[in-house]
Amino acid sequence: MQQHAAIEMRNISKAFGAIKANENVDLEVRSGEVHALLGENGAGKSTLMNMLSGIYSPDSGSIFIKGTEVHFSSPKQPIKLGIGMIHQHFKLIDILTAKENIILGQGSGFFVKGKALSQEIRHISDTYGLDINPDKKVYEMSVGEKQTLEIIKVLYRGAKILIMDEPTAVLTPQEIKRLFGILRNMRDQGCAIIIITHKLNEVMEISDRITVLRKGRTIATVETAKTEVTDLIEMMVGKSVDLAIAREVIPEKKLLLAVDNLHVYDSEKRHALSEVSFDLFGGEILGVAGVAGSGQKELCETIAGLIHVEKGRIFFDGDNIVGKNPRDIIRLGIRMGFIPEDRLGMGLVASMDIVHNLILKDYQNQPGIFLKRKHIVEKAHKIVKRLDIQTPGIYSPVRKLSGGNIQKVLLGREIDSNPRVLITAYPVRGLDIGASYKIYELLNEQKRLGVGVLFIGEDLDVLLELCDRIMVLFDGKVTGIVDARSVTKEEIGLMMAGGHPVKEALSC
Amino acid sequence: MLKIIKRDDVSKRQSILIRFMAIALSLVFSGVFILILGYNPIEVFGNMVIGALGTEMRIKETIIKAIPLIITSLGILVAFKMKFWNIGGEGQIIMGAFAATYIALNYADDFSRPVVLILMMLAAMITGGIWAFIPAFFKVKFGTNETIFTLMMNYIALKWVTYLQYGPWKDPNSQGFPKVANFEVNAVLPSLFGIHIGWIIAILLTVLIYIFMNYTKRGYEITVVGESIDTAKYAGMNIKAIVITAMLISGGLCGLTGMIQASAIERTLTVSLSGGYGFTAIITTWLSNLKAPFVLLTSLAFAVLLQGGSYIQIAMQVPSSVADMIQGMILFFVLGSEFFIRYTIALKTKEVA
Amino acid sequence: MWTAFLFAAIIAGTPLLFATLGELITEKSGNLNLGVEGMMLMGAIMGFSVGIWTGSPVMAMVGAILAGAGGALIFAVLTVSLRANQVVTGLALTIFGTGFASFMGKDYVGMVTPPAIKSFFHAVELPFLSDIPYLGPILFKHDVFVYFGYVSILVASIYLYKTRRGLNLRAVGENAAAADASGIPVTLYKYIHIIVGGALCGLGGAYLSLVTIPVWQEGVTSGRGWIAVALVIFASWNPTKAMLGAFLFGGLDILGFRLQSQGIPVSQYLIDMLPYVATVVVLILSTKNNKKENRPPQDLGVPYFREER
Repeated sequence: MQQHAAIEMRNISKAFGAIKANENVDLEVRSGEVHALLGENGAGKSTLMNMLSGIYSPDSGSIFIKGTEVHFSSPKQPIKLGIGMIHQHFKLIDILTAKENIILGQGSGFFVKGKALSQEIRHISDTYGLDINPDKKVYEMSVGEKQTLEIIKVLYRGAKILIMDEPTAVLTPQEIKRLFGILRNMRDQGCAIIIITHKLNEVMEISDRITVLRKGRTIATVETAKTEVTDLIEMMVGKSVDLAIAREVIPEKKLLLAVDNLHVYDSEKRHALSEVSFDLFGGEILGVAGVAGSGQKELCETIAGLIHVEKGRIFFDGDNIVGKNPRDIIRLGIRMGFIPEDRLGMGLVASMDIVHNLILKDYQNQPGIFLKRKHIVEKAHKIVKRLDIQTPGIYSPVRKLSGGNIQKVLLGREIDSNPRVLITAYPVRGLDIGASYKIYELLNEQKRLGVGVLFIGEDLDVLLELCDRIMVLFDGKVTGIVDARSVTKEEIGLMMAGGHPVKEALSC
Repeated sequence: MLKIIKRDDVSKRQSILIRFMAIALSLVFSGVFILILGYNPIEVFGNMVIGALGTEMRIKETIIKAIPLIITSLGILVAFKMKFWNIGGEGQIIMGAFAATYIALNYADDFSRPVVLILMMLAAMITGGIWAFIPAFFKVKFGTNETIFTLMMNYIALKWVTYLQYGPWKDPNSQGFPKVANFEVNAVLPSLFGIHIGWIIAILLTVLIYIFMNYTKRGYEITVVGESIDTAKYAGMNIKAIVITAMLISGGLCGLTGMIQASAIERTLTVSLSGGYGFTAIITTWLSNLKAPFVLLTSLAFAVLLQGGSYIQIAMQVPSSVADMIQGMILFFVLGSEFFIRYTIALKTKEVA
Repeated sequence: MWTAFLFAAIIAGTPLLFATLGELITEKSGNLNLGVEGMMLMGAIMGFSVGIWTGSPVMAMVGAILAGAGGALIFAVLTVSLRANQVVTGLALTIFGTGFASFMGKDYVGMVTPPAIKSFFHAVELPFLSDIPYLGPILFKHDVFVYFGYVSILVASIYLYKTRRGLNLRAVGENAAAADASGIPVTLYKYIHIIVGGALCGLGGAYLSLVTIPVWQEGVTSGRGWIAVALVIFASWNPTKAMLGAFLFGGLDILGFRLQSQGIPVSQYLIDMLPYVATVVVLILSTKNNKKENRPPQDLGVPYFREER
């Protein structure tokens, strides 16, 4: 007797404007298996899963749950059909207990039936091997416990299909072990589990089958036991693409930034960065590769002086700038440009115009108490012209501009202050091809002027062509610093997944 | 079903239009309301305008009511621009008046009039500033909620002055009636053109605050902190210093209002001298969209409402409470209209993106 | 002597109890309604005028409830559906409510509560309870309204901490996004609890105008609405503490005169300050201490909207 798969997604396509998030994607997940959904950032994994949880609906294609076709128009329906999604960011109420969070919005009757509830929770705990103290308050829980709570929550609502988005991103190694034990139990009880991840070693350890997505398409579905890590990497990153980005070699190089054994904690007291050391030279572009959340954001913000450093030193031109905040850095005359990932939330004031956003970097070094605007206005015109920024005018609020133009404003401002070190985080994210190439051109120009550029990027093809060297981060640590000209895409893929470098390039 | 979409672009013209429509609608609504209460709305509105602007005397009264509103609103504006919800205007006014009174009662004879008045103003601004600084300090240090804190400071200030009025500062010459001694002439603000010179101060401050917010570095920093605190940190701004400065100015201006009301209007210290201006100013500031020149407009408009309300009480036996209700209704409509400025409503189409 | 004082404190504190409980419930839903003074006044005048008009205590209370609820409804529409700034809207409600009460009450100034109603609120001794030594005579010889106050606090406590819906409400006030994700109808909860909160404020105002100060006067609440807002914080958003706080402040209200009659020369006004100073201290300590249970609902004052896709 042919058993229906728990989930079958056939020929699913979904586009957002011009961007094709999913194109003819097929996915089949069976009961009693752990199925990994693997792919780089932007491969389309989250979009696909959001269609299963009822947040999006597909433009074309069909979804079958246990053989029956379904159309979801709200998150409530999938829950009724037994699909439980556990997001990366937990949706829990801190001051309530585990028990209370579980029955939130559920149940019948007037009173909270404490005893009956505890019994049910115990039943679930025992069946799946989930350990939880029902009366513990969420704010007292560790991250691992909170995740267990989220799992029990969906199980309590009757989920037999579990979707977990990057479940190990926030866990310690011991907690990961525990989680995997739980997942195996659930699988043995007949659940279907989908894990969205890019951690290859974990995929090899826990999954039964793997579906690899790349740039919105299904590349292959394989059985874990019959696959090698190298196969997976090749499927994930694909063959190299020639993008024809110019790259010069600047012979004369001066050491500008030396980072030594950096340790930085995040808000949950875990290591965002540990033992990070590298050098940045003038006249080079040092790329930073890594899966999202490997510490790129913290790296940028730490160098910029926004985050507290636990241990380690950062030498700018020989002086240790650890402990200095952005104000100190500006006052000391250290010329560092920083284009953050969050353009409108951190780099710019969205409601202000170009002129007033330019003032952000300029005003501290102006004497007196009054703002001098005239030279800024001239500067604004100059930057708009030079970078070909499309805007209704220099007095238009920047939030009205398109993504590419917003980025140009940021870049224009930072470049204008003649920085010696330029840090850019995902500068071409969301930009069209033309705008992207313009940005590469500008960065190359800076390189020619002897600026040291730190380029955090997502697209490996771009990194391989644009950068002189590439540093790879994994889980807050440097897994390799390599020469971009000689390294292969697969080697970088391996380092991004936690593997170790074949050859190191500490300087150019 | 209706879908609510955030508008990312609304022209100035559109937003002013929507605001005007809101006010017009609220007047119509109030008119109907007045009709139900048994009065003729046209008569009521008309008389309010006549009562506020009809004779020279009345115009002066209106201006006298506008002055404390303007100055307090400017103070609240600076705080609001930073998204610091200073509800403590009343208390800051009262404490300013308290400080000014202290000078007036003890030093009025020791210096010439201009010096006494300047000392009073300084004392008032410093004390008002400190009164606002206290909640600001705790907000910066511990993240304490400023709305409630500043509100409580109002009551502490009120009770303090009540205590003084009924206790240590009670005037022995007042025949048992609890009031503080009257100021001597040296401590009273002089007049120009029949109105106490508070009007000059009000206009001067409007210009100064306008310049401050739009042309100085600190004003710029205050705006950035209010708009996007992450960007402020990124740009290396000293957030703590900015908040403290803004609140010292905010409280200082309210304190100045207290001095003016004590010196020019009441000529003594009394619990009622803040007259609700601390709260009404929040409204006028809100309506001005946090722009100093508009503060002049909204304050004058509200002063007309206040003065008109007093007038119709006498002329038509319409209680001034009607003016209060109209104020409340205008506010409701304007508050509601903001929604339509920020969002548009569309019909939900079948396919969701 | 102390017995009499505590007894009077309870009567003085009962209007506060209702207003505080009302605002507490509103704030548990995540909305800060500074219009308490306005709603109390609206309840006070509606209760009083309906009382005079119909002579029925029940109708009077119904009138008060409707008035308070009506004011709260305006607040709810503006802040929940139209996403207006909660602070300014609350203030507008206070201004409107004050004007409304002043206007409606102008013909009643100086009038006393009709005897029929006054007698309804006579002291009722509860059989066994009033015989408890010390506490009995203080707590259990009051009128039905005071008893209703006790019951309300009890019901509120049970509702908040033992029922499903109370749990949902607390979730809404803490983290509306998480509550929404759990399937709780956030908007509905906010509306209902804001309106119930307003109704209670209205009731508190009516007790004040009909029983505590049984004469209509201008501004009969004299700032008690604002004290109620402070009391909610003082009580750490807990109904039982709110009741104790209300009686405490009721006591402070009448303390000055009592002390003076005993020959102790303390200014009433300095004592008046104590509640507010105490609230400030509580406020600082609660944010500093991070004891999560005593903090305000995390989403208090923050409007919630689910981003449409």
